[in-house]
Amino acid sequence: MAEFSTPTTEQEFAENFAQLKPLMNRTEALFESSRCLFCFDAPCIKACPSGIDIPQFIRQINSGNDTGAARTIYEANYFGNACGKVCPTEVLCEGACVYNLQEVKPIEIGRLQSYATTKVIASGKKLFGPGAANGKSVAVIGAGPAGISAACELRALGYEVDVFEAKAQPSGLTVYGVAPYKITNEETLAEMDYLQAQFGYHTHFNSPINSREELIELENKYDAIFLGIGLGKTNALGLPGEDKINCTGAVEFIAELRQQHHKIVVGRKVIVLGGGNTAMDAASESARLGAERVLLAYRRGKEEMGAYEFEYDLAKGVGVSGVFNVAPLEIVGDDYVAGVRFIRTETIDGRVSEIAGSEFVEPCDMVIKATGQAKQTQFLSLIPGLEVDGKGRIVANAHTGQTTNPKYFASGDAWNGGAEVVNAAAEAKLTARGIHAYLSK
Amino acid sequence: MPDLSINFAGIKSPNPFWLASAPPTNSGYQIMKAFDAGWGGAVWKTMGVPVVNVSSRYGGVNYRDKRLVGFNNIELISDRPLADNLREIEEVKKRFPNHAVIASLMVQSRQEWHDIVRQSQDAGADGFELNFGCPHGMCERGMGSAVGQEPKILQMIVEWVMEVATKPVIVKLTPNISDITEPALAARRGGADAISLINTIQSIVGVDIDHFAPYPVVDGKGSNGGYCGPAVKPIALNMVKNCAQHPDIQLPISGIGGIETWRDAVEHILLGASSVQVCTAAMHYGFGIIREMTSGLEQYMVDKGFHTIYDFVGKALPNVLPWEQLNMKYKVTANIHAEKCIGCQLCYTACEDGAHQAIKLNADTRVPEIIEENCVGCNLCSLVCPVEECITMDRTDSGTEHLTWKERVEAGTAPTEFNDERAGGRHHWVPEPSAALGKERHKTLPGKARIYAGETEAPAEA
Repeated sequence: MAEFSTPTTEQEFAENFAQLKPLMNRTEALFESSRCLFCFDAPCIKACPSGIDIPQFIRQINSGNDTGAARTIYEANYFGNACGKVCPTEVLCEGACVYNLQEVKPIEIGRLQSYATTKVIASGKKLFGPGAANGKSVAVIGAGPAGISAACELRALGYEVDVFEAKAQPSGLTVYGVAPYKITNEETLAEMDYLQAQFGYHTHFNSPINSREELIELENKYDAIFLGIGLGKTNALGLPGEDKINCTGAVEFIAELRQQHHKIVVGRKVIVLGGGNTAMDAASESARLGAERVLLAYRRGKEEMGAYEFEYDLAKGVGVSGVFNVAPLEIVGDDYVAGVRFIRTETIDGRVSEIAGSEFVEPCDMVIKATGQAKQTQFLSLIPGLEVDGKGRIVANAHTGQTTNPKYFASGDAWNGGAEVVNAAAEAKLTARGIHAYLSK
Repeated sequence: MPDLSINFAGIKSPNPFWLASAPPTNSGYQIMKAFDAGWGGAVWKTMGVPVVNVSSRYGGVNYRDKRLVGFNNIELISDRPLADNLREIEEVKKRFPNHAVIASLMVQSRQEWHDIVRQSQDAGADGFELNFGCPHGMCERGMGSAVGQEPKILQMIVEWVMEVATKPVIVKLTPNISDITEPALAARRGGADAISLINTIQSIVGVDIDHFAPYPVVDGKGSNGGYCGPAVKPIALNMVKNCAQHPDIQLPISGIGGIETWRDAVEHILLGASSVQVCTAAMHYGFGIIREMTSGLEQYMVDKGFHTIYDFVGKALPNVLPWEQLNMKYKVTANIHAEKCIGCQLCYTACEDGAHQAIKLNADTRVPEIIEENCVGCNLCSLVCPVEECITMDRTDSGTEHLTWKERVEAGTAPTEFNDERAGGRHHWVPEPSAALGKERHKTLPGKARIYAGETEAPAEA
């Protein structure tokens, strides 16, 4: 039996995908902020990739200075609200909270962060603005966490900024890729609107850049180009039957889910292939969409999964079952997916080997491949002199984000290979400073 | 089972917990409810010529998420006709003959005092409490703390009361005075049977920073009020001790001020109180708190082997000495129990910035280390540490030597001049002033700000 009935209305969808980190009210924020010890040289700050001064903003909330708290957060991280909601805080700031060592519940830093930021977003209070115009301009390709963060920082430094985005909305995976129970579209876009109103960068949606000609135009028009292009489509597995109807990539599945909500149709029995966080999301989401059975199939052992433990727990909590040491060989069925033929595996000295004769077919009517996203190597090859490493990641200076083509700078997934929103936001701030240093020479 | 009952200057009560004269004792209804819940006595809300009150009347001090660690009021004495109060006193006494009902009184002329004392006696009150403490509203009319601050007038009024009183008279003292023992002595001279303290402390509880007026706000304005609640306990304890230790006062003391739990009550009793009065806690949590108070007191007495309250009234007094009589050879040193430490480093920053730079940090661990030779045993680190018993203050002297400041003065070894070496200050290690500059900027600046400001992650070790 499914844990969730198939949502048929927006309200039912919202119930099935209830926020994991719901908004705090003032009383809860007061109680939670009161627990903070205000550690010296606080471990939570160090654990935050964007280095938010967490004890400071918690103290500001506690003393009733919510606006100041939001300023503290945004000074370090333009995706303040998004990060409060979607960050894996369990392994970052909250995981570093000293209370953990006392077996006491860590401070709910993420929720406090969103408490302060949503308040200032709702009020529309002006905290920041563009710096004095310096006469230079930067093109930002990609309106994801990296691109938007870079745009904000560059505006603060006085640059004209044009952001080009292939999709129709900003924030990248925050609105197209994160599980809906982590953040809603409305929250995400409200923060984007807030930032744009503060900093005044220009956005160009439905404007993919994918030819050498378009790049030449940008190179001629702008003083520097920031690449916040993220990753591409789900990697093909190269299996027979992969093109059958109802065999989809997790990234594509989630993007559609985020935009279509309950209008998306999920199979009755879903098999998710993969062991990373995206696989956990896709499995959880299938269950919350009313799938009767959701199997998470991973080719290695449970302990070897890349997903955070709490993400797997979350999936298990909504009825997902894990099947380990199985590798898919073929998607079976006629036009539609009818099952996956697996072979059992074992891991010996870190290497996965298939166990001969152990093949079996697990029937299903939908397959979601969460087996990683492709790098945008074809696009990157259009930029002269730009190097990528063996894994397809952009090569760039660790302190400035400058690529091997000096006019191009990079941050986010395309550079780091795929990480959290917070990593992209932090890197982009650094890279914007790198652009500024380069153009100020 | 220990016996919680008391006989306070002739006023008998099944336990030492009385409700103080205040809003919770405004009516017979409230007092009957309190006695039903387990309170031993009640001091009736002060009676006199009925007053007219304002709205609002109370203000609170919150600490973080904790409400009413301090509380103040600008309410006056009873606004009810005397006859109503007296009728209800009679009713309560009839229903609860073994509970203490004390009439708190505040009037002006000798005749008024005589009349109100006689009428209260006739109503069946077990005793009187003369309100010489109220620090707002009434004092401007020459009553309340205006009396408590003038020992001669206080004594005169006590004498008036004693002329007609046939029941024990308690004088309630105001803390708004430099030496609490002076009005206490005046009460004694006037013939009072007991004293109670403290009344509220004159206060402004807070300011509305949006409307620029003190709390509680009355039509955009405010006034000074009377401060009470948990925050005033230390002030009350010290004044109770002062009266209890004074050789010429020698009166039973009803302790008032910041009593919310059995532990607070025990502290008052150990410093000389033989009944305790409670107001704010009952206003905050209702009469139900009495269950915790009596059960806690009972358990404490069982654990300590005390049979009656009188087994420990004033038991801490011999250990409260003037500073000059404390043993300067006694020495404790902080000890961080690493296995309990959670690495918040509050002890480090407290000692570094607020005390004696006797704690250091080491690489690769968040557990701070005590620099024993710098530790003066001040307790600060153990007070800020959020983990129970993680930092202990352990005795390090031999326990065989005893030397007080008084003895040093008498022996002529106390420092007397500005640069006197006998103070030993030169031997206390302090860092060079300039060593402070930039020392911890890399730790106090938020994360990435370190990099943006062009600073390295950590300064090179000197």
